[in-house]
Amino acid sequence: MNRVFRMVMVLAVQAGLFGGASVALSDAASEDGLHMAMTYLSARPPASPTLSNLDPVPDDLGAAGAALGLEDNATTGRFLGHHYHLETVTVSPEEALDAAREALAVSPYLIVDAAPEVLLGIADLPQAQDALIFNVGAAHSALRSAECRANLLHTAPSYAMRADAVTQFLLFKRWSKTALIAGPAPEDQAFAAALETSLTKFGLKPGARAEWGIEADMRRTAAQEVPLFTQKLGEHDVLLVADEANDFARYIVYNTWLPRPVAGSVGLRPAAWGRVVEQWGAAQLQSRFSERAGRDMQPRDYAAWAALRSLGEAMTRMNSAEIETVQSYILSDNFELAGFKGRPLSYRGWNGQLRQPIPLLHDDAVVVTAPLEGFLHQSNELDSLGVDEPESTCRAFGGN
Amino acid sequence: MTPRFILPALFAALSVPTLAQAEEIWVTNEKDDTVSVIDTTTMEVVRTIPTGERPRGITFSHDFSRVYICASDSDTVQVMDPDTGEILYDLPSGEDPEQFVLHPDDRHLYIANEDDAITTVVDVVDRRVVAQIDVGIEPEGMAVSPDGKIAITTSETTNMAHWIDTETQKLFANTLVDSRPRHAEFAKDGRELWVSAEIGGTVSVFSVSDQAEIAKINFAVNGVHEDRIQPVGFEFTDDEKTAFVALGPANHLAVVNAETYEVEDYILVGRRVWHMAFNTDKSLLFTTNGVSGDVTVVDVAKRKAIKTIKVGRFPWGAALRP
Repeated sequence: MNRVFRMVMVLAVQAGLFGGASVALSDAASEDGLHMAMTYLSARPPASPTLSNLDPVPDDLGAAGAALGLEDNATTGRFLGHHYHLETVTVSPEEALDAAREALAVSPYLIVDAAPEVLLGIADLPQAQDALIFNVGAAHSALRSAECRANLLHTAPSYAMRADAVTQFLLFKRWSKTALIAGPAPEDQAFAAALETSLTKFGLKPGARAEWGIEADMRRTAAQEVPLFTQKLGEHDVLLVADEANDFARYIVYNTWLPRPVAGSVGLRPAAWGRVVEQWGAAQLQSRFSERAGRDMQPRDYAAWAALRSLGEAMTRMNSAEIETVQSYILSDNFELAGFKGRPLSYRGWNGQLRQPIPLLHDDAVVVTAPLEGFLHQSNELDSLGVDEPESTCRAFGGN
Repeated sequence: MTPRFILPALFAALSVPTLAQAEEIWVTNEKDDTVSVIDTTTMEVVRTIPTGERPRGITFSHDFSRVYICASDSDTVQVMDPDTGEILYDLPSGEDPEQFVLHPDDRHLYIANEDDAITTVVDVVDRRVVAQIDVGIEPEGMAVSPDGKIAITTSETTNMAHWIDTETQKLFANTLVDSRPRHAEFAKDGRELWVSAEIGGTVSVFSVSDQAEIAKINFAVNGVHEDRIQPVGFEFTDDEKTAFVALGPANHLAVVNAETYEVEDYILVGRRVWHMAFNTDKSLLFTTNGVSGDVTVVDVAKRKAIKTIKVGRFPWGAALRP
């Protein structure tokens, strides 16, 4: 997609008024009380084509979560004289740096959905050095380790966190023999690598691995192709599939040579959020979201919501919109976010990752939520998911 | 009043003294659309009564001739005859009523509308909505002061206790509490307000006169991670010297000294303990355990669980019918 698509939406919510009274930022800023301006910048690469048309990527993916977070913040704010303003900007990846510069000129709070290299480009802008950026899309482990940045927090879980959720479940079920199919996309390869790393981390030996390379239209040929393809994987208890766009993965289930459960990008999926999450008051968040957006809440929406709510929580508790105060509070031990996952969410002080339970779900229910019982940790069980402090190579936060 | 209504009323009036009806704990089963009625003497479920969809909050009128039930997914408060189990009529309640409190005047229900960020005030005699008050997101905990002058709504996502002047039906104060406030109760003749925070893991105590926080109670259960300690419902003993606090997925009740605000004891109960109700002399406490689908009976003096009673799916609210 070379066509440049740009959409700007200004939504300013004023305290004391209902229904999201829209006013220009400059007018609202003259209102009494504290003001926090934020920008949601979507610079996602265009979605790659998939065999199935069943799950189109919504135009407002992520942005709809941010809008709900704004509304939640504003409701609290109106009792405190706190005002929140969100500008939503959608650009192509090539335009992302310019858009980020513009946004940072207005506000130090930037929520970004972009590929890792774009994210780092933004985080390294001179204008971003006194800013706080939230990554709501990129799951790449490097962003949380060697390539971490002190001004970059991650509300999206890493591949490692999602992979560890799967492995904990495999251990719980004693499904120790695995096989893996990895798709060709870089995201598929990254998730596959995270799955293998995770198996090793928890003492399992990664089993046979096959790279998906079939070009045929699986909608017609899966029943012929997939048994043959999976026959060579040998004996295993569970088949892992890394296909982040769910291009071919959906055709694997029930077509395997051996009758085996499938986990990863399809079947039993580790996800930050999903339609089927309903415990711990999640049903309320789901209904608020779907009423607003007219669709189900997805992981990226949840990550954007969590970013907005983190900023809102900081302003509420600290009664300040100053970047130093907000940033240090968010990274402190005092910070906790009620994220509808049954535990308080907080940020890892060593790499800026939002600690969060990872539901393992299928289309109809949550099977279990990681961390699973028995996976202990010396300080926080949530840190049994993803890279932990002793292994972290991130130094930007002043650790180690 | 038509003769149809007079007869059962007469019957009820006559039968109460003669039959010496046993006291009961009424438990709403959120995922069964029923109420389980427990006889406190035999400690058995003696009746299971169908309700509207997703029953949660439950409370009796002051003369116990009516029971009010929040049927959340039916978007109504149902009024039931507790003798017959018959739904007499529905009250207008606003959308998704979750929890409510009956004003000391026995006439006004203050209802938290969870999906709408509204507290609805309903006149149960005229069966009409008197006021709707905008509060924070996901209102849940409801309390009213003993003198009836103040009503409280806590909002789970806004993390506040909203103070309502019942004369004007307007907010006069909003106080921040820890994450996900769930339940509120006035204590000590209305001088204190206690608010539990589920995700915060605390109970905050406010001085009612100036809405200032005077204490914060923390909990620690051996072998349970602090994140799993999630205070929800709580109740006071008659002398108000002791509070029992349900700790949700920590599967324990905390016994709190209400004068020093120190935790004295923990009692193991069922899974995801939620709300509770005492029997009349407050010697027994009945807790609803959402995940295990049962009610734990606690001997208050011994501070020990003495029995588990199977009820319906996801028991939520509990109320005493003496």
